[in-house]
Amino acid sequence: MVLNCRHVWDRISEYIDGTLDPSVRADVEKHLAHCEICSAVLDSTRNVIILMADDRVFELPVDFSKRLHARLDQVLAAESPDPA
Amino acid sequence: MTSSHAAATLQQQREAALISAILAGEREKFHDLIRPYERQVYLTALSLVKNETEAEDVAQEAVLRAYRKLASFRGDAKFSTWLIAITLNEARTRLREGKRVLLDSLDNHDQEGGDYTPAALTDWREIPSAALERQEICRLLQEAVAELPDSFRQVVILRDVEELSVNETAEALGISIALVKVRLHRARLLLQKKLVPLLRIEWKEQKKSGMLRRLRWF
Repeated sequence: MVLNCRHVWDRISEYIDGTLDPSVRADVEKHLAHCEICSAVLDSTRNVIILMADDRVFELPVDFSKRLHARLDQVLAAESPDPA
Repeated sequence: MTSSHAAATLQQQREAALISAILAGEREKFHDLIRPYERQVYLTALSLVKNETEAEDVAQEAVLRAYRKLASFRGDAKFSTWLIAITLNEARTRLREGKRVLLDSLDNHDQEGGDYTPAALTDWREIPSAALERQEICRLLQEAVAELPDSFRQVVILRDVEELSVNETAEALGISIALVKVRLHRARLLLQKKLVPLLRIEWKEQKKSGMLRRLRWF
């Protein structure tokens, strides 16, 4: 099947995750091979996904862990887990 | 058995042993049980409440709740999935208490198709990884995620920030795999459209300054 650009955009997320059917994937790749716009959309979407997964983007607040474990210490000293 | 599968099984066994020990009275081991998931709990809270201070409160409450309810963890789900579900519940309770209504069912972003057009900028092929050290870039990404509709933000944080699988995301949110895929797709394209023009400007400015360590990513 010959896909137009919109068809390809609709499949970009699944293409990146590798969950498209092999035949659809082949059609998308055929389109990407000659469409510079869609290739750029694909690359930039993939780049945004890579940036989001980088630990430096969403960092824990400073001393988050210290405060969490201090609070836990208080509760662990005072309480047992609820019985099943 | 693949090595990642083997590692996951090993982790599950380690956690099961920790949980038994905690329930048998070695309470302080709960610190070790929770330590690998601190970031995940915090980000999950942030996916709903959006404000950092409130997300930290929710994360603390969720961890305490997980401790108190530990005996009800069955071990048929992954501990991380159970913990995320507790965190989401805690965050929803917090939002209800604040009388802020989640208009999830009213936001109408789930349809596929629509008139979405991505940002088609053919000269943004390389990613400025070094740029992440600059606060400005991180802020742009955080803001773009925060501005997503609630249902999209939850999916994108679990799947793309915490890097859960599509199936785990569906299980944690209690929605179908198909719905996760639709929301994820729409969220990613919205982020692409919003971020690419902004990041491109940042990137070009940095290139001009001659400080960029350019990395070819693909």
